[in-house]
Amino acid sequence: MNKPMRRVAIFCGLLMLALLLRVNWVQFVQATELQTDPNNRRVAIERYAHPRGDIIVEGTAITGSEETDGTDFRYKRTYTDGEMWAPVTGFASQVFGTTQLESIYDSILTGDDDRLFFSRTIDMLTGKDKQGGSVVTTLNEAAQRAAWEGLEGKKGAVAAIDPTTGAILALVSAPSYDPSTFAGGSSADGEAWAGLQQENNEDAPMLNRALRETYPPGSTFKVLTAAAALENGLLNDVDESTDYPEPYVLPDTAGVELGNQIVGRCEDASIRIALMDSCNTVFAGLSADIGNEGMIEAAESFGFNEEVFVPVRAAASVYPEDNRPQNAMAGIGQASNRATPLQMAMVTAAIANDGKLMEPYMVDRLVAPNLNVVEQHRPSEMSRPLSPENAQALQSAMESVVEEGTGQNARIDGVRVGGKTGTAQHGEDNENLPYAWFISYAVPEDGGTPVAVAVVVEDGSAERDRISGGGLAAPIAKAVMEAVVSGG
Amino acid sequence: MSSTRTPTGAPGAVPGTDPVTGNTTVGALAPPSRRNTELAMLVFAVLIPVLAMANIGLAKDGSLPPGMLGYGAGLAAIAGIAHLVVRRFAPYADPLMLPIATLLNGLGLVLIWRLDLEPTITTARLGGAMAPNQLIWSAVGVLLFLGVLILLKDHRILQRYTYISMVVALILLISPLFFGEVNGARIWVTIPGVGSLQPGEFAKIVIAVFFAGYLMVKRDALALASRRFMGMYLPRGRDLGPILLVWALSLMILVFETDLGMSLLFFGIFVVMLYVATERTSWIVFGLLLSVSGAVAVASFNSHVGHRVDNWLNPLSLGANGGVTETAQAMYAFGSGGLLGSGLGQGYSRLIGGIATKSDYILATVGEELGLVGLMAVLLLYGLLIQRGLRTALAARDPFGKLLAVGLSGVFALQVFVVAGGVTALIPLTGMTMPFLAQGGSSVIANWALVALLLRISDTARRPAPEPAAGIDAEQTQVVRT
Repeated sequence: MNKPMRRVAIFCGLLMLALLLRVNWVQFVQATELQTDPNNRRVAIERYAHPRGDIIVEGTAITGSEETDGTDFRYKRTYTDGEMWAPVTGFASQVFGTTQLESIYDSILTGDDDRLFFSRTIDMLTGKDKQGGSVVTTLNEAAQRAAWEGLEGKKGAVAAIDPTTGAILALVSAPSYDPSTFAGGSSADGEAWAGLQQENNEDAPMLNRALRETYPPGSTFKVLTAAAALENGLLNDVDESTDYPEPYVLPDTAGVELGNQIVGRCEDASIRIALMDSCNTVFAGLSADIGNEGMIEAAESFGFNEEVFVPVRAAASVYPEDNRPQNAMAGIGQASNRATPLQMAMVTAAIANDGKLMEPYMVDRLVAPNLNVVEQHRPSEMSRPLSPENAQALQSAMESVVEEGTGQNARIDGVRVGGKTGTAQHGEDNENLPYAWFISYAVPEDGGTPVAVAVVVEDGSAERDRISGGGLAAPIAKAVMEAVVSGG
Repeated sequence: MSSTRTPTGAPGAVPGTDPVTGNTTVGALAPPSRRNTELAMLVFAVLIPVLAMANIGLAKDGSLPPGMLGYGAGLAAIAGIAHLVVRRFAPYADPLMLPIATLLNGLGLVLIWRLDLEPTITTARLGGAMAPNQLIWSAVGVLLFLGVLILLKDHRILQRYTYISMVVALILLISPLFFGEVNGARIWVTIPGVGSLQPGEFAKIVIAVFFAGYLMVKRDALALASRRFMGMYLPRGRDLGPILLVWALSLMILVFETDLGMSLLFFGIFVVMLYVATERTSWIVFGLLLSVSGAVAVASFNSHVGHRVDNWLNPLSLGANGGVTETAQAMYAFGSGGLLGSGLGQGYSRLIGGIATKSDYILATVGEELGLVGLMAVLLLYGLLIQRGLRTALAARDPFGKLLAVGLSGVFALQVFVVAGGVTALIPLTGMTMPFLAQGGSSVIANWALVALLLRISDTARRPAPEPAAGIDAEQTQVVRT
């Protein structure tokens, strides 16, 4: 009986060997994969086991961590002025994951980033609790607050950029949400989250309007058309008269006429006059003469038709291929072209920065717990949509808009301010309330921080007649610009 | 008879070759009993769980757990008594089995105690803390172990109860049918005031006794009086009849109780013992055919089993309700343990949820908190125990002892494989408990009895043969290998 018994022993040995191989496979070969599997709750447990690093604005943390008595997660994310900063920070929720800066720099904030290996090892050796690094943003608190307060009770968004560097100074979306309300894992957090979802809340508070929503740009797009006309040599100067009748008949149509808001001053008007009085006829004509291809090229040089990463993703603004009448309408921002508030701020910034478009960014540097700088952003040029001469000419025209045109509400004493209003119609047959736009820049004479800002107000509560770029949006833009230039 | 003999070369005789080989020439010197080896090993077997407990206390609260000394003393007392009884009643028994069983049982208790510290899986609805009861069950198990060693002077006595064993095994297997279903399987017998028992755990031992007794008598008939059929030697119906009957009955019961693991165990033990008894390879083919057809039948009968197979094929896929399945949670626990583990008390195997964390999935806690290293060590302990059992089978001098030892070791090996393979998703999961380690009274009691039987056989095997009557023949007596 011993021979078969030896074989049985070998068989049992093989069974044990199979087990040993299997556990090696699971715990060694597959280990990393299993450890980082998103369904592995340990990932979230570890993320909240230590206080998270902070997101910093002007030296002050706008985020925090508080200890909770939950079963799995020790720390919970907190936010100061969460609603105001939500479009910047995104959220870090124990249950609902992370977005935006909280998501992009998650490894820095948790301290798990490879670049923090050294400081992590030192902490481990000295017995200190693991610490996260911090994310230092470019935002300007006063500007952000001015924008947030300006949009109070309204729907809309503000984006403000330093034209010389591309640093984002304000990024506001209203209505907003407070990420603190669903940072934890309680049922109250779950209800708060559910209440913010689009299907339960038609105001879409979690939509980042400044980066992710594209609007018809309306008359603010006229500055881009003007820039394209100058760059294409259609006109040599902003004061050269054009040759467009009032009303203007759209090309390739059987006499579809386009009129103006202010009648009688737009015929053959120069760019300066046309911007001041927001002449539809002139810019529709210019756009038609530049042609669809030329307009797309110009729009793309300002950043259209491409997603922008600041590093949070911003939706691509679009200037599509279209037929001639539609292209003419697109020249006044009333066709299939759409733009994010950030995009219009970039257009303004490029003009204000003498034709040089800087890459927009909102994270200046990443800092390790020991205050070493892990990564430093260097401003970089994105494109040159127009020559310095044309840019300066356009600046003087936009300044005329603020001095004596539709944008007078944005005037600031002692500061060079240029702007353009816009009232974008939308909906079938213009049945919805229009969007009020205002884009502007401010360059302080004393050499302080310049700023380019785009404001859009989609206000359902205001009366139809009162919605206009100059009336609703310009005061908000002015407050933001004042906050930047006075804070210098 | 020779239990009064004092071991001669005990101290210091630890190194050297194992005296029990195939052929033993009985000389003047008796082989070492290795009882002191056992004692030394037992010290480790008690110390390791106590240190593990200290480790958990420090990791969880930063202080030594208050019950540690009492627990250590209790475990030491149990081990000490068991050792003394072995020294007295089975002096030549294998020296490693008791320490390994003690260590595994001790580790199991510590792990259950550690999981009891997790409030989410120790709610009143889930039965509260399990460690105190498990300690009582372990003590009962050791008592049964002592009882077997003291009362059963010779394992061959069991041979007399061959057919009674058959009846007992069948009754044990049938009994759960009269009780309710738990977790999709009908394997429990509830005795009011005592708790639930899993008769299958005991049946596996009893059926090994039956197979051993029956096959010892019939092995020649089964092996030689056969007809050739399709190139295979088939035994006569009257020789095979009873064994097939038992197999078919147990299979049927298992189908209705849907206890896939236990049926696998019975098929396995059936094939192994038949093969060892008859020494015919064709039996493996025959047995495997029977087993596979049985398994396929069970799988197609029952959605519970089909579901388990799905889980095995896609261990990480989400459950029907969108949640993470137990199988996936166990995989995450193993993976997160990595090479060295999180350290005792610092893992999250509680995420598996429910009482299964402490019973079926206890290896996941080992894997996560002690790492690949710790898990392999535990598996090797099982391997060593199995190896000692098979060694006993080889060394046993009587066919019944051989068959019984190989059956018990084989069933133990299969159980370890089926459970460990199941929780690591090597094979589909079948609800069974890891011997000694997992929470569950029946399992720990039955396995202590199993180890006692193996120790009894090994004692007989390793005991020096009675002195040849001094007389005319001065030549040494040759013990014939069987």
